[in-house]
Amino acid sequence: MSSVDAVAVSHSRTGRLPRLNRRQRTLLVIVLSAALLLSVVAGGLLLGNEMLTTNLDQRNLSPSLEHPFGTDWLGRDMLARTLKGLTLSLVVGVLASTVSVLIALTLGMAAATFGRAVDGAVTWLVDLFLSVPHLVVLILIAFTLGGGTKGVILAVALTHWPSLTRVIRAEVLQLRTAEFVQVSRRLGRTRWWIATRHLLPHLVPQILVGLVLLFPHAILHEAAITFLGFGLSPQQPAVGVILSESMRHLSTGYWWLALFPGLALLVMVRAFDILGDNLRSLVDPRIAHE
Amino acid sequence: MPLEARGIGFRYQRGPWVLRGVDLAVEPGELVGLTGPSGLGKTTLARILAGYERPLEGNVRLDGGPLPVTGYNPVQLVFQHPEKAVNPRWRMRDTLIEGWEPDPELLKALSIERRWFDHWPNELSGGELQRFCLARALGPRTRYLVADEITTMLDAITQTQIWHVVLDIVRERNLGVLVISHDRPLMKHLCNRIVDLESVMSDFPAAAGEGEVGVRPSDFRI
Amino acid sequence: MIAPEASEPKPILDVRDLSVSFEQYARGLQKKTLRPITSLSVTIRPGEVLAVVGSSGSGKSLLAHAILGILPSNARVTGTLRHANENLTPERQVALRGSDIALVPQSVGFLNPLMRVGAQVRSAAHNGNAAEAQRAIFARYRLAPEVAGMYPFQLSGGMTRRVLVSTAMISGASLIIADEPTPGMHSAVVEETLGHLRELAGEGRAVMLITHDIEAALTIADRIAVLYAGTTVEIASVADFTGDGQSLRHPYSKALWRALPQNGFAVTPGAQPVLDELPPGCLYEPRCPMSTPDCTGARPEVRALRGGVVRCFHAA
Repeated sequence: MSSVDAVAVSHSRTGRLPRLNRRQRTLLVIVLSAALLLSVVAGGLLLGNEMLTTNLDQRNLSPSLEHPFGTDWLGRDMLARTLKGLTLSLVVGVLASTVSVLIALTLGMAAATFGRAVDGAVTWLVDLFLSVPHLVVLILIAFTLGGGTKGVILAVALTHWPSLTRVIRAEVLQLRTAEFVQVSRRLGRTRWWIATRHLLPHLVPQILVGLVLLFPHAILHEAAITFLGFGLSPQQPAVGVILSESMRHLSTGYWWLALFPGLALLVMVRAFDILGDNLRSLVDPRIAHE
Repeated sequence: MPLEARGIGFRYQRGPWVLRGVDLAVEPGELVGLTGPSGLGKTTLARILAGYERPLEGNVRLDGGPLPVTGYNPVQLVFQHPEKAVNPRWRMRDTLIEGWEPDPELLKALSIERRWFDHWPNELSGGELQRFCLARALGPRTRYLVADEITTMLDAITQTQIWHVVLDIVRERNLGVLVISHDRPLMKHLCNRIVDLESVMSDFPAAAGEGEVGVRPSDFRI
Repeated sequence: MIAPEASEPKPILDVRDLSVSFEQYARGLQKKTLRPITSLSVTIRPGEVLAVVGSSGSGKSLLAHAILGILPSNARVTGTLRHANENLTPERQVALRGSDIALVPQSVGFLNPLMRVGAQVRSAAHNGNAAEAQRAIFARYRLAPEVAGMYPFQLSGGMTRRVLVSTAMISGASLIIADEPTPGMHSAVVEETLGHLRELAGEGRAVMLITHDIEAALTIADRIAVLYAGTTVEIASVADFTGDGQSLRHPYSKALWRALPQNGFAVTPGAQPVLDELPPGCLYEPRCPMSTPDCTGARPEVRALRGGVVRCFHAA
């Protein structure tokens, strides 16, 4: 607010060591959250399946050094299950939200650039998808594709694009009236050139935010259809599977079954969120200098 | 071969007519001033002449034919607010060479410094941005320039610099220029003739400018 | 510094050696410092219209923001701001903003689009009967009573200006800062708006008119402060702007005056330095016809000259 305040605040901050400027801090946060996500994937991939084998001697152990997340009623190590589950969730989430963003980008740009007929068709499709209950479409697609990982990914990817499509279409419509876009056209630039050089860079923040927002949706929906039995099979170490199983055991005092996997899911979603926010603050010139 | 507006009529959707029956011609090498009260459609006429808007009535002719719909438009428009006319996410170099590669002489005449090339638009002042916009519009294929209040927001020194460059190029390339401005002394200094938009609208919608009446010009219905 | 003459009233606002800087990111992780205002000094007295004239990027709007205390949070300010002989602290800025220091803004965007203009004007009143005061002010500015019930989008450009001035007027502020109040408007509206500002000064208020348009400034101002690259290069009386500018003190003010179409439309090459590349010496040196090696070495201080103030080694 006031400049004098700003001076005072910045003085009080200099006490901390070593003082990084905001861009350095942003990069640090990006690196840390990316590292966390990568280590989850690496951990999940490197852990062999032997950790997941049933070991009836070690049933329902509370957290210890040997089993930091405890074990379940079949004696499986919960840390290993969680890591495996998170990896699977991450793969499902990333794949599904990437595909959704690509669909949204293509349809949104097409609707806003290729005239009234295309716009009408896209808008109709968006309205159609948004008017049908989400879970019903998900189940329908997953069921048609025979369930499993492929079914889940496709179902989630094919149902999460409509609202982002709307946002992108509105953004492009507005950008097309911007003077610098109109000038470009009179300077002889083609529609494709303008779309890739002028419009696309402006959509990057929307796309990043879209990805971040879709990601938890994708994971939760994956868990939901898995829980309903149309998705991943119970043998697969999905977080959704873990959580729904643990619900049955919560009342019997096995709190670690839900707490740690749930917390891990939360941390991962949050890491993704922070990653997206910080990326955005780097690529958006309006806030990049603050 | 003039740039001609013939019987231009324009309105947004079903709104009132912004322009009606406008006839105007600019010859090569000629600077024509256009004045008129605010809200009377000077900017709309500028956009129509440069092919940004299609008139609902009448047409714009260049050398007796229509304006090109695609490709480089020989009629280039320069806007009042340069900060809206450049992409905020591009460095200035990219904006400058979007239409052509301006030669060093033009950059020197406009006092555009090479050090500015790597800057973002929000790091430069309006005067600096407008120099870039003008350089961008003055490609070799440009034959007419529509200058819509291009120096209204600028200080007198920058205004003089910019117009002297335009005057030199008008002489050198036989460019035609439509100068839209509120500044009478400026137009008297620059223009061969000054046209009042009200006087060229054969059937103009309403004699309402900035008046005492509590209605905007666009509130009038005919 | 110049001691004000004994007969003149005490300044309502005294800005001394104001500097404003921002930190920005250059390429990668390096920071660079931008200094849009460098040791700027102006004073303004009750009953006076002081025009602050400069090109875009000369720091004139930031000066207004600094006085009002509405600079962005990453701005650093040095120098002194005194209002009515007291330091203008952030707390006082908050207290005085809108009551004793009022802004006539540049654009309609400052009006709430969803609120009737009468109510908006009334909300700026701080004492007395707001409704009555609003009616009186509307009558004075030839705004019909029914205008109070309109929304901002229903007003013409000229009416909007009058509503914005009414807001400053009803507040009873002793210092009114008008930031580019006449952007690209028809001459009749410009004259009318400027006339209203002159009237406010006639009532004993101080009016700071911030503009790039020296012609507009000359029609109502008593004194003109010429800004260049964030500093005051000259403060002159309006009477000095005459003929071919021989009474003016600074080469930039002369160039500005001679650039007007009616004064010869003379070209001055070059451009104002970009904020992160300010020259080490006099800020005008790179464009100055009078430049000598002295000018590249050190920045000239402001000094009194012929009843005005100039920042130049060579001005005589």
